[in-house]
Amino acid sequence: MKRRDFLYLTGVGVGASILESMPVFGKAITIEQALTPVDVKLKKRMADVALNAARSKGATYADVRIGRYLNQAIITREAQVQNIANTESYGLGVRVIANGSWGFAATDILTDDSIAKAAEMAVAIAKGNSKLLTEEVQLAPQKGYGEVSWKTPLQKNAFEVPIQDKVALLLEVNSEAMKGGAKYVNSNIFVVNEQKYFASTDGSYIDQDIHRIWPNFTVTKVGTSGGGFQTRNALSAPMGMGFEYLEPKEEEKIKGGPVTLYKKRYDMLEDVREATVHVEEKLKAKPLQPGKYDLILDPSHLFLTIHESVGHSTELDRVLGYEANYAGTSFLTLDKWESKKFNFGSKQVNVFADKTEQGSLGAVGYDDEGVKCGSWDIIKDGILVNYQSTRDQAHILGLKSIQGCSYADGWENIQFQRMPNVSLAPGKEALSAADMVKNVEKGIYMFGRNSYSIDQQRYNFQFSAQLAYEIKEGKIVGMLKDAAYQSNTQEFWNSCVQCCGQNDFRLGGTFSDGKGQPSQASAVSHGSATTRFNGVNVINTGKRLG
Amino acid sequence: MAILSKEEAQAILKKVLSYSKADACEVTLTGSDGGNIRYARNAVSTAGQISIMNLAVDSTFGKKTGTATINEFDDLSLQKVVKRAEELAMLAPENPEYMPPLGPQTFPESPTFNPKTAAINPDVRAEMVGKSLAVSKAASLEAAGFLENSTRFSSMMNSNGLFAYNKGTDVSFSVTIRNKEGTGSGYIEKSYNDLDKMDVLALSKIAATKATGSAGAKAIEPGKYTVILEPLAASDMLDNMFRGFDARSADEGRSFMSKSGGGTRLGEQLFSENVNIYSDPMNAEVPSATWSRDGLALKKTQWVEKGVVKNLSYSRYWAAQKGVQPVPFNRSIVFEGGTQTLDELIKSTEKGILVTRFWYIRSVDPQTLLLTGLTRDGTFYIENGEIKFPIKNFRFNESPVIMLNNVEALGKPVRTGSGMVPPMKIRDFTFTSLSDAV
Repeated sequence: MKRRDFLYLTGVGVGASILESMPVFGKAITIEQALTPVDVKLKKRMADVALNAARSKGATYADVRIGRYLNQAIITREAQVQNIANTESYGLGVRVIANGSWGFAATDILTDDSIAKAAEMAVAIAKGNSKLLTEEVQLAPQKGYGEVSWKTPLQKNAFEVPIQDKVALLLEVNSEAMKGGAKYVNSNIFVVNEQKYFASTDGSYIDQDIHRIWPNFTVTKVGTSGGGFQTRNALSAPMGMGFEYLEPKEEEKIKGGPVTLYKKRYDMLEDVREATVHVEEKLKAKPLQPGKYDLILDPSHLFLTIHESVGHSTELDRVLGYEANYAGTSFLTLDKWESKKFNFGSKQVNVFADKTEQGSLGAVGYDDEGVKCGSWDIIKDGILVNYQSTRDQAHILGLKSIQGCSYADGWENIQFQRMPNVSLAPGKEALSAADMVKNVEKGIYMFGRNSYSIDQQRYNFQFSAQLAYEIKEGKIVGMLKDAAYQSNTQEFWNSCVQCCGQNDFRLGGTFSDGKGQPSQASAVSHGSATTRFNGVNVINTGKRLG
Repeated sequence: MAILSKEEAQAILKKVLSYSKADACEVTLTGSDGGNIRYARNAVSTAGQISIMNLAVDSTFGKKTGTATINEFDDLSLQKVVKRAEELAMLAPENPEYMPPLGPQTFPESPTFNPKTAAINPDVRAEMVGKSLAVSKAASLEAAGFLENSTRFSSMMNSNGLFAYNKGTDVSFSVTIRNKEGTGSGYIEKSYNDLDKMDVLALSKIAATKATGSAGAKAIEPGKYTVILEPLAASDMLDNMFRGFDARSADEGRSFMSKSGGGTRLGEQLFSENVNIYSDPMNAEVPSATWSRDGLALKKTQWVEKGVVKNLSYSRYWAAQKGVQPVPFNRSIVFEGGTQTLDELIKSTEKGILVTRFWYIRSVDPQTLLLTGLTRDGTFYIENGEIKFPIKNFRFNESPVIMLNNVEALGKPVRTGSGMVPPMKIRDFTFTSLSDAV
């Protein structure tokens, strides 16, 4: 599913048709079934059937993924529940190297015979593809871990929370919005649980239980006397957490600015009450005067700029040309990395890749090719120092340890290089956003994701926000409308002058980043503290239709 | 197993309905069988063969609806999925917008299925990719592409006696060819129901020519230019506009189709007089199923005539609210044009820019449908009726609604995606910045 399809969910008719467009929605199940994982012994036995069959047909390497992907979606508008759905997809995918080439096959019929046939098919496809090969696959060595497991640290499994409680929360959110004068409100909660088992001929048998949650809403007000309409989306983040994310805690809030901000707990009711006020202000907001401004970007907005301009540009498969026909390539060619002095950003810019941050969407114990996850620097003091890669790419970078960036969005799809969490390190000093604002003469303070577009090599981008406030002489003076900044990745990151401290560090994220053909979705977080960029070009996007 | 005949689908659907205890039940059964092959850096990277069938059940008690899906088809699984949908329906609050299922309807059969496309196997796909790779290798260029085909069926049945079935095939191909230096890039994509129309060799040659021809691009100032949009570029802009042909969002005041002060722009002259757009599921070039997901018959529908909005789509619920007939939307769009070829459009242009395609289009302002995005894979400067030199890619900020008020000329429509779209000559198209991307 394309990311935009996911985001349009709230704007279209709902029903069975929506479920069809979701990537891992399959068989319907009861709550009780969802809570009972498949027996690990059974999974190990099925995995061995696949690995043995692959080896016997001539595979020099094989891995097998047995996946049970559970989803729950609750979709509402105003006083109506538009859809409630619980679904599951369960099956097995086997990947092999034979004659130096990759082969892959998958099945949802989990008999020994069917599993062995899938493995044999994968070997046959690998051998067939090897005729059109230019160089053999070089797989970085990975020691087997034996039988190990990993689970998202969570306090409350969202699948165990009764549907009625989730419905009640969303309808209360909608009711608060309508009380605040909203004309329309859409709200929803998506919950994901990936129960993944990985085994390989390296001797790993890895059982993982991964959880994600995403609450969201859109409040709409229509202006009187033909004044158009405005919306404000939730400032929540999709998280790698249980339902505890929706249980507010005062110590996880940042107050004092124009907007209440949330760390690892989210207060959906408080946010929707603020949103109805914000959307009223948006209707009356002053149009932006185009020009150069100092931007202060909140993590709820900056995460997407990091994702598009740093996350995607440092994906090694893009750099090498494997995504040329779809997502594109990257301006961060290998020579820039080899030079060890490519000036990606200012000295304040330290970007790290990470798959361990608790609560993040990318946090797993092991990736989808059996590599234990960790973290590493990508941009150090403004210099490009590394990329994101998989086992078959590690030799290109001469890596001493493998990074673990392999992911597939379902058992039926082949795993490939996907983005880990890519985050901007906070500043060393304990600076708050409120203090940062005080030093800005002419600036704009932005919150929340809105329109985003970037070219296929990740140079030129344009982003806008849910909320944009004008700053004059160190004070927030009011809301602006029709503001979007246009810049070039390298120029933009070189205009970064200051990051707030660790205490302001928060995660944003996307539930369904699209890449690959056929397209696969992945979920990834990006952390940062509030950050300042000087002298950025901001355009006015207001137009009139005749 | 994944592709069921009309009779086989009907039998499963009947069986599922027989398990229903709900006041109303609607069952959708779909399947697809197909494969793909992907290549990059002049070599095959991945390939797969996928066969999937899926059943979705919507059960309703009163106005309380629940949905469940399943991909197993033994009797026990079918009973389970119905039970699950009913359990979820019980948990759901009443939906005041619920519409009871339609009764029996008649749907004509459209020419969506082609046996030759249905017979494509991994060898055929590999052979086709081999032809594309031969083009790039012979020219010392580098290709990355994707070829995919599928046979699909979709069917639905409800507890009021409606049954619908469609079977179709499609094959789609896209390739990006770049020069080794990374300074030139060309692209083409095509989709057809009929394999015989897919000429991978000829298409790859076009992409290769663009890769070579776009090398050494010059930077020119952003601003307003006359553009010639190839059908793919035009289609990229239009896709975003058709989503707005929805009466409800227009009535609710939250679309570019909303009239200032209330109501919709139905009946208004919204575009240039030479803009005529209709959809027709029976069109031989862009056929589609003749029924919508909610069981309405899809018929030839005029959306725009001489620039005037003639129809907006109405869901059954919204039509009932407004006291009009429901109008389903259909993706078999035909944007009528003229007889001129792309070359003839170029020849008639004193100064302008030829755009191969756009990329990363996102909505900036839904009220004006302002979109932003970039040109990609072949952008050229035209002077005195000739392509003079390749130019660097631009970012645009433009609304398709404004663009279709500035139509100078339309060429001959060709199949692009799921519709027929002509090349377009548009004046005053707004480019706002330059991109270094190739």
